[in-house]
Amino acid sequence: MGGIGARLARIEDPPLLRGEGRFAADLNLPGQLHMRVVRAGIAHGVLRGVDLSAALALPGVVAAWTAAELEGIPPIGFRQMVVGGLLAYRQPVLARDRVRYVGEPVAVIFADDPYVAEDAEELVLAEIEPLPVLLSAADPPGDFDGTHGTESAVVVKAYGDLGAAFAAAAHVVEMDLSVGRHSGVPMETRGGLAEIEPGSGILRLHGAAKVPHANRNAIAAMLGLDPARIHLHEGHVGGGFGIRGELYPEDVLLCLGALRLGRPVKWIEDRREHLMAANHSRDQRHRIRAAVDAQGVVLGVEAEFWVDQGAYVRTHAVTVPDLAAAMLPGPYLFPAFRATAHQRLTNKTPAGTYRAPGRYESSFVRERLMDAVADRLGMDRVAVRRANLIPASAMPFDRGIDALGTPLVYDSGDYARLLDRLLAAVGYEALQAGLAARRQAGEMVGLGLAFFVEKSGLGPFDDVRIELDREGGAEVITGVASIGQGVETALAQILSDVLGLPPARIRVVHGQTDRIARGMGAFATRVTVMTGSAIAIAGARLRATLLARAAALLQRPAAALRLRDGEARAEDGSGAAIPLGALVAACLEGSDAARLVEEGSFQSGHMTYPYGIHMAVARVDAETSGVTLERIMVGYDIGRAVNPMLVEGQIVGGAAQGVGGALLEEFRYAEDGQPLSVTLADYLMPSCAEMPEVAVLITEDAPSRIGPLGVKGAGEGGTTAMGAAIAAAVDAALGGRVPIDALPITPARLHALRAAACPVA
Amino acid sequence: MKVAFTVNGAPREAEVEPRRTLADMLREECGLTGTHLGCEHGVCGACTVLLDGAPVRACLMFGVQAEGAAIRTVEGLAAPDGTLNALQRAFQAHHGLQCGFCTPGFLMLATWLLERPDKLDEDTMRHVLSSNICRCTGYQGILASVRAAAQELGRWAG
Repeated sequence: MGGIGARLARIEDPPLLRGEGRFAADLNLPGQLHMRVVRAGIAHGVLRGVDLSAALALPGVVAAWTAAELEGIPPIGFRQMVVGGLLAYRQPVLARDRVRYVGEPVAVIFADDPYVAEDAEELVLAEIEPLPVLLSAADPPGDFDGTHGTESAVVVKAYGDLGAAFAAAAHVVEMDLSVGRHSGVPMETRGGLAEIEPGSGILRLHGAAKVPHANRNAIAAMLGLDPARIHLHEGHVGGGFGIRGELYPEDVLLCLGALRLGRPVKWIEDRREHLMAANHSRDQRHRIRAAVDAQGVVLGVEAEFWVDQGAYVRTHAVTVPDLAAAMLPGPYLFPAFRATAHQRLTNKTPAGTYRAPGRYESSFVRERLMDAVADRLGMDRVAVRRANLIPASAMPFDRGIDALGTPLVYDSGDYARLLDRLLAAVGYEALQAGLAARRQAGEMVGLGLAFFVEKSGLGPFDDVRIELDREGGAEVITGVASIGQGVETALAQILSDVLGLPPARIRVVHGQTDRIARGMGAFATRVTVMTGSAIAIAGARLRATLLARAAALLQRPAAALRLRDGEARAEDGSGAAIPLGALVAACLEGSDAARLVEEGSFQSGHMTYPYGIHMAVARVDAETSGVTLERIMVGYDIGRAVNPMLVEGQIVGGAAQGVGGALLEEFRYAEDGQPLSVTLADYLMPSCAEMPEVAVLITEDAPSRIGPLGVKGAGEGGTTAMGAAIAAAVDAALGGRVPIDALPITPARLHALRAAACPVA
Repeated sequence: MKVAFTVNGAPREAEVEPRRTLADMLREECGLTGTHLGCEHGVCGACTVLLDGAPVRACLMFGVQAEGAAIRTVEGLAAPDGTLNALQRAFQAHHGLQCGFCTPGFLMLATWLLERPDKLDEDTMRHVLSSNICRCTGYQGILASVRAAAQELGRWAG
């Protein structure tokens, strides 16, 4: 009927298919102003002054501000993972005295018309005295800008006796690996519409996403307002991927504009702005070494890496280095381990999280290392992995370190079983034999495989309120957000499962701070686990209430009754049935309440850890060094899939983003810090011409031990080890003769590597 | 300047500055916000509409260039009562969308593909649809949707 496990078509699709979506740009209010941000055109310099006079003289311009008009408003703070000493690295809403990256907001304009606002932007003269730029995070730490150093934080994760591991090693394998700068780049740019509601005086910001409650509180604190006077509202959201919905300077400027100018203010980012202003991500360089015994068992791993944070530390603080370091060991035992992460500033757009943050990078590093270990020992690459996997008998497995402030305890998993199942599903031996034959015939084609562990279900809590009406419909009010991933359908399926109510009669509310007091939002693949569990808990209470009432009405024991297809009747189908609406009315008898309400909350101090394997078959063109992907296969254990169709959608979509980071996408900079990837013709994302068929094997071998449902998250696992698998496939295609140590593997880079590896006399 | 054209069969007139794009004219003057702007430089294809039967990037045309043209947008695909057409139904059945932002552009491009005299084959479908970008689906659902719609409509060459 559409409960847990059904491949249910999404309830959110029809309006989107009719062009009736309500994205930020689609919202308008009478009398609205249009905001335009003036951005620094120089990567590092002293801001001598900003001349707004010509802009202000343009007809239609209502106001224009620099940092001088923002006196007293603090820089943007941190949402999570704060460590000491970070306060100095926060980004001001508008630059004051210094600019530190191209794209940094230096002034803001409000005009009657968006075209006029853009005209005015061109009339603003920012006088900037250029200073030397820093573009490498792996340089020795030093002075960033005369006020603070380049190293904003160091994160260390360690366990076991590394000295003993290296002393006992038969082999030491060392590598220097890097992952390029790329990011989420959702198809909808950022945007919003702020208004002071007439009458109530409440400040409403439309166009919110991801973490509306957290941003409401942050904006209130920054502007000195009572949080109860601000509400954030999420409409349709055109993709999130971690970067959208964090608090950015533009959100604060929108609210300030509405407050000060007394008119609604709308801002829609253009694509060029987006590529130089919204969070970048990845961009890490790792030096790693492994102590290995004669049988290929890794005794210890030591890693040091550098995270290119860009010019400021944004809302995520040290989230990315924390996750990269903590989850580097992945599915392997690695009895001794130390990772030291250096978060370093450069004169680039600030960085934050992007789908599988930290894990895309450290999975690339770990899996390339395992390939190198296999190659050094002359072992099969699968066999080396088998020799190091954490056995199912060791679950739950406590690493003895933490991730995102929670103890890193893998709750469940049978890694070897997933490997067996995926190899069988793809016909691994025959596939490899076929590829070997093609290589023999002169083709450069190969298969790469990479294992990963993901995390999901970050707490600490989520609340829901379920309201049943007298017509038999349900409304579920949550504190989460939807960034297009199918939240409404998945959550409706969970409630449908509990109450026997068709999903079409369930309405899921998300991203509205005026409907529920608190909420954590949508990030870290947390929604299905956390909110889903809260719904199961509140739903079970509602079911008990309803069945008790039905028992009295039907003169049958409650245990003999079931809720199914929107009615209560006996388990064996005998006797009369009561429609849910009538049952709700009966429950409310003697009360004038319109709805039967139940609240539920789910708390968790631990994350749950799904896991998977990526495989890729890649072909290298001898002439152009271009890489073509022939096949992608993903095995993923999700514990329990609420909607397998949506899970597959997440995996395949995530895989495409992993492909982008592996082969195409990169924010490049000129020597003077000018960004070179500011259009979609320069920042290349996969089209359907680059994406092969992705075969997905979803397994449910290791249900989560956290929460009542057994579910784990699906949001990020399509991406995590995609880069690692593609690198391994290209490596195999070239017969192991060319080191594939860096992503993205662009034709130019691969051509240079091939030329260096096989010089033509 | 005054521009006269039809949108989804209905005659329209708009008074626009010469520099306004066709996309902005459709969105702001006609209230048809289903046509989305993803890049405004002609790469992503989210703003694809059909102009006199051919797919165009509405961000790369000026509104005034639409004088006398017959324009079709995503709002014209479903029946007046909102009933989805075969292509739209296929997108829902085959999970051809997630966030839905690129979807109108893909729907219009696919509409053009399905209405061409030649039946659709796999290579042509991939080649043509590779001119638009989707960031959520990895394309598999979109290709499956268009394939299924073509089959249902008897337009698949396979």
